[in-house]
Amino acid sequence: MLRFFHQLGSPKHFYRIAGRWIPWLAAACAALMLIGLYQGMVVAPPDYQQGDSYRIMFIHVPSAWMSLFIYIVMAVAGAIGLIWHMKLAEVIAISSAPIGASFTFLALVTGSIWGKPMWGAWWVWDARLTSELILLFLYLGVMALYSAVEDKRTAARATAILAIVGVVNIPIIHYSVEWWNTLHQGPTVTKFGAPSIDLRMLIPLLVMAVAFKLFYATVVLMRARVEVLQRERNAQWVRELVDIS
Amino acid sequence: MTLQEFFHMGGYAVYVWSSYAIALVVLVANVVAPILQRRKLFVQLARRQRRERRES
Repeated sequence: MLRFFHQLGSPKHFYRIAGRWIPWLAAACAALMLIGLYQGMVVAPPDYQQGDSYRIMFIHVPSAWMSLFIYIVMAVAGAIGLIWHMKLAEVIAISSAPIGASFTFLALVTGSIWGKPMWGAWWVWDARLTSELILLFLYLGVMALYSAVEDKRTAARATAILAIVGVVNIPIIHYSVEWWNTLHQGPTVTKFGAPSIDLRMLIPLLVMAVAFKLFYATVVLMRARVEVLQRERNAQWVRELVDIS
Repeated sequence: MTLQEFFHMGGYAVYVWSSYAIALVVLVANVVAPILQRRKLFVQLARRQRRERRES
């Protein structure tokens, strides 16, 4: 086990191990997504208030969860890179930013499309929506800052600090529906006691949530591998890899 | 449930299917982007290595 983590610290081994994991993660993700979509779109009954429009939930809610989850991963990886100068943590942090941004975008857009028939408006400036929009700007800020700084190690340090400061937004998003009066509905899954949602809706939702997590794991490793190659472009093993390709 | 009912989504077809279409685009883009980046990087590095060999 220790040897395993030690090897992960070496870019060459990370590149190899990640390459071996990606197809399995992708396969598991695809399988769960098919199950979740079938259960959610076909098996689950229509909602008694929202009819079939609630089926947007099966992508909206997992996307929104991922937007928060990836941000936390990015900030923690950034902090690890900052404190222990672990290059791989820097790579994971910076590879997470565009993926997190795309999930935040997806959560906002699907929420907007769901809001139109249910609330009668594409957008309202309420606490949940506004704080999620700020999250998108934080991701974009991290990406812009990283590409603006020439030296990649300095860039990684600067973006880590920005990401860590931005963490204050995470609890604001999570509790926004409780702290302020908003149009956005309250939590129905994480509520203490029994979740106030039909099991036939809850199960596909959770399956989709796991599928989205696996999706993130797959694409973050794909991005991290490219980032590692870029950083190690002068290393002997990368030269050999290029020669045989 | 008939196939027609499925696509009709109880009258919310436009909203539901446009959401899923956008989700599909976002997911596919996330997969394709690193593949293209990787290919570009390999081409770039291969060119550099050829140049270095010619010079040495």
